Amino acid sequence: MEEQNLAQAYRLFECIQCGRCTGGCPMSLKTRFNIRRLIYEALVYENLDIESKKVLWDCSTCATCTLRCPKGLDPTEMVIGMRSILVEGGRIPSTIRDALKSLAIRGNPLTMAKEERADWAEGLGVKEISEGAKVLYFVGCSPSYDPRVQKVAKALVQAFKKAGVEFGILGNEEVCCGSEARRVGEIGLFEMLQELNLETWGEYPVELMVTTSPHCYNAFQNEYQGLDFKVQHYTQFVARLIDEGKLPLSKEVKRVVTYQDPCFLGKQNKIFEEPRKILRSIPGLELREFDRSRERSLCCEGGGGRMWAEGTNPEERLAHTRVREAMDLGAEVIATACPFCLLTLEDAAKTVAGEDGLQVMDIMELVAEAL
Amino acid sequence: MGPRIGVYVCHCGVNIAATVDVERVARLAQGLPSVAVARDYTYMCSDPGQALIKKDIKEFGLTKVVVASCSPRMHEPTFRGTIQEAGLNPYCLEMANIREQCSWVHREKEEATRKAMQLVAAAVGKALLLEPLEERRADVTPAALVIGGGIAGMQAALDIANAGFQVYLVEKEPHLGGHLAQLDKTFPTLEPVAPLLAEEIREVERHPNIDLLTSTEVVGVEGYIGNFKVKVTDRTTRRELKVGTIVVATGYDLFDAQLKPEYGYGVYENVITGLEFERLASSSPPTEGRIWVNGKEPQDVVFIQCVGSRDKSVGREYCSRICCMYTAKQAFLVKEMLPQARVTVLYMDVRAYGKGFEEFYDQVRGEGVIYRRGNPSEIYKKGERLVIRAEDTLLGEPLQLEADLVVLATGITPRRDSLKIANLLKLPRSPDGFFMEAHPKLRPVDTVIEGVYLAGCCQGPRDIPDTVSQAKAAAASAMIPLCQGQVKVEAVTSIIDEELCSGCGICAEMCVYDALSLHERKGVMTINKVLCKGCGACAAACPSKAIRLSHFTPAQILAQVDALV
Repeated sequence: MEEQNLAQAYRLFECIQCGRCTGGCPMSLKTRFNIRRLIYEALVYENLDIESKKVLWDCSTCATCTLRCPKGLDPTEMVIGMRSILVEGGRIPSTIRDALKSLAIRGNPLTMAKEERADWAEGLGVKEISEGAKVLYFVGCSPSYDPRVQKVAKALVQAFKKAGVEFGILGNEEVCCGSEARRVGEIGLFEMLQELNLETWGEYPVELMVTTSPHCYNAFQNEYQGLDFKVQHYTQFVARLIDEGKLPLSKEVKRVVTYQDPCFLGKQNKIFEEPRKILRSIPGLELREFDRSRERSLCCEGGGGRMWAEGTNPEERLAHTRVREAMDLGAEVIATACPFCLLTLEDAAKTVAGEDGLQVMDIMELVAEAL
Repeated sequence: MGPRIGVYVCHCGVNIAATVDVERVARLAQGLPSVAVARDYTYMCSDPGQALIKKDIKEFGLTKVVVASCSPRMHEPTFRGTIQEAGLNPYCLEMANIREQCSWVHREKEEATRKAMQLVAAAVGKALLLEPLEERRADVTPAALVIGGGIAGMQAALDIANAGFQVYLVEKEPHLGGHLAQLDKTFPTLEPVAPLLAEEIREVERHPNIDLLTSTEVVGVEGYIGNFKVKVTDRTTRRELKVGTIVVATGYDLFDAQLKPEYGYGVYENVITGLEFERLASSSPPTEGRIWVNGKEPQDVVFIQCVGSRDKSVGREYCSRICCMYTAKQAFLVKEMLPQARVTVLYMDVRAYGKGFEEFYDQVRGEGVIYRRGNPSEIYKKGERLVIRAEDTLLGEPLQLEADLVVLATGITPRRDSLKIANLLKLPRSPDGFFMEAHPKLRPVDTVIEGVYLAGCCQGPRDIPDTVSQAKAAAASAMIPLCQGQVKVEAVTSIIDEELCSGCGICAEMCVYDALSLHERKGVMTINKVLCKGCGACAAACPSKAIRLSHFTPAQILAQVDALV
């Protein structure tokens, strides 16, 4: 991919510079990242100096710009394309480089050992997929290795067992979905991970895969080619379990909860109702909606490689704004369904609300309390 | 004496000649059996070109003519007329399309020339077997139907009625006036609509030639130009109307702003549509010219353009034409009624193309309305106020604009029930969903269905003067068959060989024009030659090969195939 071909590759000629992209971009609220201007510059400048644009790494690939563009263009893909030009030359932030290296060598960006990937499941009686179950639970890197997010995986396993779901995990064979690798421009690494995953999965007669993270879900559902089975995010699967009466939620959870629609689940994949259905099925739980919910949910700044790089203007965080919005609502808990939202919002809650203030929990953690 | 064929290969300037070696094609044609003369010429359809054909018909005693040129959709009527003037039956013409289907789609000259030669050989093969066909005429019912009682329908009805013909004006709602009745003042003159509309409605109601049927819907249409039979109902009684021509003036719907949930319409009370603003600003009760939001006068009013227009994300790519001007009008009204308010219009482009429009746009800005360039992405709440997230693209700065009232300039869309009307009349629709005109440039009020015309927004977004103009144009076109009193009936029809027909009825099931029926006594199918449009579906479907389509008989088609292979 060369600089000169950006205009053709991403059809930048068709842009009418209406500004809806920048107008909706969460990063434009706190940085000088201006996607509309970037498109125009890529169109009219012969040799655009991409490397000098540090703001390029601010984009969380929430895809609001792509979803709202009136001319059907894909500015998110253009950002990924520009990043890939820089990645090829190794001109990327060092923390991203480190994460990519870890991905390539250990199959996860957290520099953790391959052999320890399934340690979180010890003692829970979780079967491996090689034992023949039809449902594959794809855990993901953060839920496997990050102690905070491991609680989500454990809660999900608890629910599966209560509902009698026959499932299995890949254990140490599981390797990163590659979603964030692609989004920072490392297309080659993404393709390698994709190939590896497809090969591994091909060995098992899986009919359905359920993921913890919306990022994995999105990659498998929309970017992977040649999947033999259906993919669902856990909210879709668990909502159905509740519908079918297989997951009785009997214990009261008397909390005032608000729900953060993760970008990769909500606005990108239109999965808005299932998470809410689960929350409403929890007895005693009062659900209060953010004003900016669903399609307008405020990005937590976790996607697009942002878990590996702070971006420009680290002082202001959108997650802090979100926590304040939740506090204004009178919520005690922000519930979410994405490991990145969980981590960024919890971090923000500790800073803004203090250790004893507003809590951030995954939906499954609330479900576990109601089982 | 056997058939004597004249072959004429057109250069069409450079359109054909630049790619196809037309002289070589003509030379080839000269050598084909029964070809008496073969020529090439720059513009066959021109007067000298046509004169050439007519001269040859006389001098060489030609019995059939082949013209290798553009698509028959372009000039078949022209050349049929030419040979008719020279005394031949117009159906003794065959055309070979060596332009749209050859020179315009191929670049390789040698191959294009060879293809053209094959096409001409096929045309000559068919021409040998062509037979003269009789053109018939049918009487026209001297009455017209206008579907829709908005400004377009009323204007069309009045013109036809004033010319002396009977008009049935059918309107779904209990009242006339359509969307125009919902407006308060119109741009650029800011005249109140009500008195203008009342006058027009009175004229329609009073007119002796107009049979006004309100609360009435069309439920069935049969027949053809000059002889339509239309079933209408007001849910208690059914009537059958006999008319010669039909004008469709069914109007439009407005874009449903809830399809853009990011603007919060339907969630926030102070986000309204342009039409709702008309109501708010109207001098009638309950608001009586007072614009209040949350119990007080708004300080900041923001108008957002292009809501549901020019937007692939909601499947509405076209521009709705009227919104730039109606927003300018509404912004002006706000300034008039609330001089202290800050009024901003968030736009992408301002389209002020009509008479007096640009001057009005200047005037509106002169009153202090601020135009900022940037299409907003989303709206959220801040207390009782709203915050609009956009970018001022001229400054290159993201914007969080606060407002007390947001007005969405929603666009014009095809009516939600337009599919019903389209199916009743077999009207095709353009990709944007509006009814399709016969030709986008030269025939904006005709449709491909003879005798059916379009007026107003059902064909595409437009403002009042353009609607009235088009209604008058549609009326004029609709009157032509009524004035002539007779129409030509399609000569190319199917013919049934009664010996072979078993009366199975498969052909009747295929026919979309209801032209086939079973002859009770004979036990075979018969064709209504007036309804038959010569599409050939029955001929293809008949398992006994009992139906032939004249001018496209199996022998003729096989002759073409033989020449091609």
